[in-house]
Amino acid sequence: MWGRRRGRRGAGRGAEELRALRREREAALRKARREEQLVSKRLLREDRAAEEGGQDGADAVPDPLSEDEVLELLRAVQRGSEDRKGSLGRLRRALQNEDTQQKFVRLDGSIRTLTGLFTSSLADMQLEAARCLHELSHSSDPTVAEACLPVTSYLLTYLSGHSVEFTELCLYTLGNLVVESEAVRKQLLPQGIIPVLASCIQSPHEAVLEGVGYVLSQLLQAKESPMEIIPQVLDSALPQHMLRLVCFSLKAGLGAAVEFAWCLHYIICRHKSNTVLLGLGAVPTLTSLLLHLASEIPQDAPEGLELLVCPVLRCLSNLLAETGCQVQDERLLIALFLLLQCFLQQHPFLVQECLWLLNNLTADSPFLCSALLSLDLLPALLQLLQCSQMASVLVLTVLCNIAEKGPFQCQRLLQQPILPLLLPILALPDPEALGQCLELLHLLFLHCPQAAADFTRQGGHQALEQHQNTPELQERAQALLDVVRQPLGAPSPCHTTLPAFS
Amino acid sequence: MAALPLPPGLRLRLREGIAQDPARELLREPPQLPAQPLPPFTFSPRRLRLGPQHPLLEDGDVHRHLYLQGVLTSLEEVAERPKVSEFSCHISGCCQVFDTLEGYEHHYNTLHRNVCSFCKRSFPSGNLLDIHILEWHDSLFQIMAEKQNMYKCLVEGCPEKFKSSKDRKDHLVTVHLYPADFRFDRPKKVKSVPKHTSCPAEQGPSVPMEVSVETAEQFQLDPMETGPAEDMEIPQPAASPGPSLPEKRLYRSRIPSTICFGQGATRGFKGPRKKV
Repeated sequence: MWGRRRGRRGAGRGAEELRALRREREAALRKARREEQLVSKRLLREDRAAEEGGQDGADAVPDPLSEDEVLELLRAVQRGSEDRKGSLGRLRRALQNEDTQQKFVRLDGSIRTLTGLFTSSLADMQLEAARCLHELSHSSDPTVAEACLPVTSYLLTYLSGHSVEFTELCLYTLGNLVVESEAVRKQLLPQGIIPVLASCIQSPHEAVLEGVGYVLSQLLQAKESPMEIIPQVLDSALPQHMLRLVCFSLKAGLGAAVEFAWCLHYIICRHKSNTVLLGLGAVPTLTSLLLHLASEIPQDAPEGLELLVCPVLRCLSNLLAETGCQVQDERLLIALFLLLQCFLQQHPFLVQECLWLLNNLTADSPFLCSALLSLDLLPALLQLLQCSQMASVLVLTVLCNIAEKGPFQCQRLLQQPILPLLLPILALPDPEALGQCLELLHLLFLHCPQAAADFTRQGGHQALEQHQNTPELQERAQALLDVVRQPLGAPSPCHTTLPAFS
Repeated sequence: MAALPLPPGLRLRLREGIAQDPARELLREPPQLPAQPLPPFTFSPRRLRLGPQHPLLEDGDVHRHLYLQGVLTSLEEVAERPKVSEFSCHISGCCQVFDTLEGYEHHYNTLHRNVCSFCKRSFPSGNLLDIHILEWHDSLFQIMAEKQNMYKCLVEGCPEKFKSSKDRKDHLVTVHLYPADFRFDRPKKVKSVPKHTSCPAEQGPSVPMEVSVETAEQFQLDPMETGPAEDMEIPQPAASPGPSLPEKRLYRSRIPSTICFGQGATRGFKGPRKKV
């Protein structure tokens, strides 16, 4: 992302058009994800506007060519003329159009020609041919992308080379082809893509590393990845390098760290038992990273940091869910809330990701539950109740985690105006939030009966009565109503507990 | 949404670490098993493990893919390429001129980096160069190859070795799904091949390079080389995806007079300075 070139699809368009494009893409991506078909490719396209005269429309995708025009371009490239480089450049430009791509790959010998140039000794032609292949790899038409299959062995061979730009191109081309189909992957794996990437990941060049991360992330998302790909990756030297490269400092490049963070997430959430990564110290590494990020980011976080924070949060959450993993570092709680504060406005999706980790930290740790209270983070947590439906459910779950720990924690909770915040939730139609709310009330009343009276005084009785007829809620609502109707008089455990630590 | 009501000084506490309160230590209990919930209530604290398709992860996944598709507009800055004035390759004998660093870097890596000191052929990687030197220039290799499997598989990470170049090729094709005409694995032929005068241009539109070749002496293409050798490379029509003729590259090479670069092309070199 901070590399040298990125596909400037939006160049020349207005801000409104870009927003519309984004909304359209977002809708398509959501639909694809729900169908478990979430796949994207990445395009490296040079900003030639400056070099080619800098017109406004210079970056716009060219119009499709006719079959004859495509054939003519191919012939021009096949001829050994002086301007072959120019012809190849024109071909590359033309291939930015998907229609032209389809016509090109249907021509007899077209791929063979490109392959020949791609494997030739003419460095500049080779680079240009690589760009052509990259455009083809990016196509959404499977026949176009699969036409590139014959070059995969060469793409892999060239990854051992040293030209940063050329290697980068090869990597992104491979990454695009990887998501094309299982057939492609069935070819790439025996061709040795994993060992090659394991070598490539030792490159000192940020751009190459980001490309390696991209290819890996595409491989790891494949349907067959848990059986066919993840075991090979875990067996190689890749995991230790990934953990090393995910540790981003604000001075070094973010691009590679982002890619490897997503790679780690894809492995961890798909792999049953992450002993390899745990053995390599993934939990302390990722914890340190979050602490570092939270303490170092300025108030307006640099764009793109959320792309790193999101997968790191997920990795930690899932690793913690594996048995035997304990984190007792209360600084992580501080880090989480600082990150929440940072990203709340711009990237509200991070709220649910942070709260998921918070749940996993507090679920069976009385220590962290107490720490959350004594660090005075409760007001912020309560504010998150208003974020979104998913956030409310998670906040309520964390509050339940805390309340479940006993009277001391309940008493601390009740020092905040928590009951008034729960009343509006009881009026919402969301069954999940309602259920969690009732559970919380139960725990509060259980450990602090005084709370029941307070609740009634604030109108809780009526709020509970609304749910006496809802199937999933009625038993619990009734049980709470029974508690609330009991006369006060019995001494409450809340009053007799002396807070030993505050 | 308003900013979060956080207590002051949190960042500082994070950086400096939290002072160890001895009383706190007592609270560092091992994780306790949660008490059984009282029916009809069901809540029991538990850590959540979320799989790849979980709805909670949808927003983040969508954001990640928007980024891949280049639609997160704020990230579309393109770093400026540093402008350099023209310069030439410093390898003696090579007069290529460049006006971009990337162009030079790729030229250097393609032609000068992994170069065989014996025959001056260049290779795409150090690994292929090493294999070449071993198989082509190491006399001990030939002797040992008679007794044991010496031909290494070209695929990184594969430990197999073979008794002949052909066996290796078969392995590459059947196990590693390499193309049968993989450019970087052609056998070293010892005897010279008789000259042939076929003109690839007559073979139809599928021929990659339109070059007619008549030569008294056929030059054998190195199995794994990429660069031009001292004499001109002669492509073997229909045998490969078409190695190219570096027709205007090395000025120390001589083009045999019988080589023709296709219809209408000028003979010889255009001039000493060619931009990459």
